[in-house]
Amino acid sequence: MTIQATVDGQVIQWRDKKRYLWIMGAIIPLIPLMMWGLYAWTGATIVWFFGPFFVFVLIPLFDLLAGLDPNNPPDELIEALEEDRYYRWVTYAFIPVQIAGLIWGAFLLGGGTLPGIDDPLTVVQKIGLALGLGMVAGIGINTAHELGHKKEEHERWFARVALAQTFYGHFFIEHNRGHHVRVATPEDPASGRLGETVWEFMPRTILGSLTSAWGLEKKRFERQKKTHWSIKNDLFNAWMFSVVLWGGLTIAFGWEILPYLVIQAAAGIWLLESVNYLEHYGMKRAKLDSGRYERVNPSHSWNSNNIGTNVLLYHLQRHSDHHANPTRRYQALRDFKEAPVLPTGYAGMIVLTWIPQVWRKVMDQRVLGHYDGDIGRANLHPRTAEAYVRRYGVGTSKDEEVAA
Amino acid sequence: MSLFICPNCEYVYDEEQGNPREGWPAGTPFAEIDADWTCPDCGVREQVDFLPIEEFEHNDQDGNIIAAETRAKGDKP
Repeated sequence: MTIQATVDGQVIQWRDKKRYLWIMGAIIPLIPLMMWGLYAWTGATIVWFFGPFFVFVLIPLFDLLAGLDPNNPPDELIEALEEDRYYRWVTYAFIPVQIAGLIWGAFLLGGGTLPGIDDPLTVVQKIGLALGLGMVAGIGINTAHELGHKKEEHERWFARVALAQTFYGHFFIEHNRGHHVRVATPEDPASGRLGETVWEFMPRTILGSLTSAWGLEKKRFERQKKTHWSIKNDLFNAWMFSVVLWGGLTIAFGWEILPYLVIQAAAGIWLLESVNYLEHYGMKRAKLDSGRYERVNPSHSWNSNNIGTNVLLYHLQRHSDHHANPTRRYQALRDFKEAPVLPTGYAGMIVLTWIPQVWRKVMDQRVLGHYDGDIGRANLHPRTAEAYVRRYGVGTSKDEEVAA
Repeated sequence: MSLFICPNCEYVYDEEQGNPREGWPAGTPFAEIDADWTCPDCGVREQVDFLPIEEFEHNDQDGNIIAAETRAKGDKP
C-alpha cells in the first residue's frame, strides 16, 4: 500500500516495505504454542526451552543473516504514516495473544495435560516453559512501552494490561516521566554506565526505577494536595491488573504455579532491563551553564538497523529518534545517519552482556570513539571510573562541546 | 488566559483549564507552574521550554531542538 501526501502542490508517494512484516511482532506471544507443537512432535524435554533459544539464538542469527534496513519514510509523510490505524492495531493484537499464551502456560504449570502432552510436566520442563513465558512477557513490556508513550488514554490502559504479566506496571510511569527526562545522566537508574556490568546494573535499575516511579506519583499527588494512597495513583491501578491476573491464575490452576509465575516475571524483567542497559551504555549528556542537562539528541542512544530485531521490537532500535520524539509511533521512526550504531541487534547484544569481559571488549572502544577519545565525557561507573581514567586519560578530546 | 505549547510533542497547556491531573487546577497561570515540570505527554521538554502558542511556528521533531537555552542564545531553530 502506498502512502501519499501533497506538499506545495507536489505529490509525494512512499511504499512501506515493512508494512506487513510488523505482524511478525505478534508471533512472539505464539512461542508457547510452538513449544506445544514441538513437544507433541518430538517428546523431548529440551523443547520446553524453546523460548530463550528463540530470543538468544534464532533472532541474533536471523539478524546476522538478514542484514540491515536503513529505509526512512520521507519527512512529509510521517504524519500520514502515524495516522494509519493499521499500525496501531498490529500492536493491540499482541496483547490478547500474550494473555492467552499465559493462561495456556499456567494450565500446564498447574499440572494440566493436553493432546500431545500426556503427562503433567516435570519440574525441569516447567522451568523451561516459565522461561519461555518470560521471553513473551519481556517483549510484552516492549509492546507496553510503545503503547504507554501515546497520547491516547486507551493506549495507556492497554500498556497496563501488557505489563500485568511481569508485575511491572510502574514501568510506564517511570519510563516516560523518569527515564526519558534523565536519560544518559548519572542520575538515571535505567541508563547503563561505562564500566558497569549488567549484573551490577540489574539491582540498581530495578530498585531505582521503582523508587523513582513511587516518587513521581507521590509528587503529582502532593501538587494536587491529596494522598497518593489512592487507586487513582497510576502505580496502584497498574499493579491491580497484575493482582487480578496472577490471582485469577492461582485460583484457577493452584498455588503451585506461583514460583513459576515469579520465574517468568523475573525472566521478562531481566530481558527488558538488559535492553535498558545497552541502549544508552556509557552515554552522557553535557551539563549546560543553566544547570540543566542538554536536551536529548541523537548522539545519546545506541541504534541498530538489524531488521530482525527491529521488526520484532517495533523499531525500538531506532532509539535516537524515539528519544528525540517520544510520542512518535513506531512505524514512523527514522534511522539517523549520525547516531551511534551497535555491531548487531539488541537480541545478540544481550547475549554479550552476560560475560562482562566480552561486553567491555566489544563496547569500551566504541564508547571511547564516540567521545573522540575523551573518557571524561562518558557516563562513568563510580566503581571502575578511576581505572578507566587511568587507562584512557581525560580531557584529550579536540573540543569541549559544552554549549551555553 | 493564554495557551502554551510543548515544542516537541505539541501538548497545549490551557491556563483556563489547567491540568488538574498534574496538580494544576483550572486557572493556574503558566508562570506559577514549577520550572522543572515535564510535559505530561512526551516528558522531554520542561515548563521553561514551552512557548506561548502565538510564537510557535513548528515543532522540533526535525532535530533542531527548541529549548530555553537555545532561545536564550537567540538561535532561530
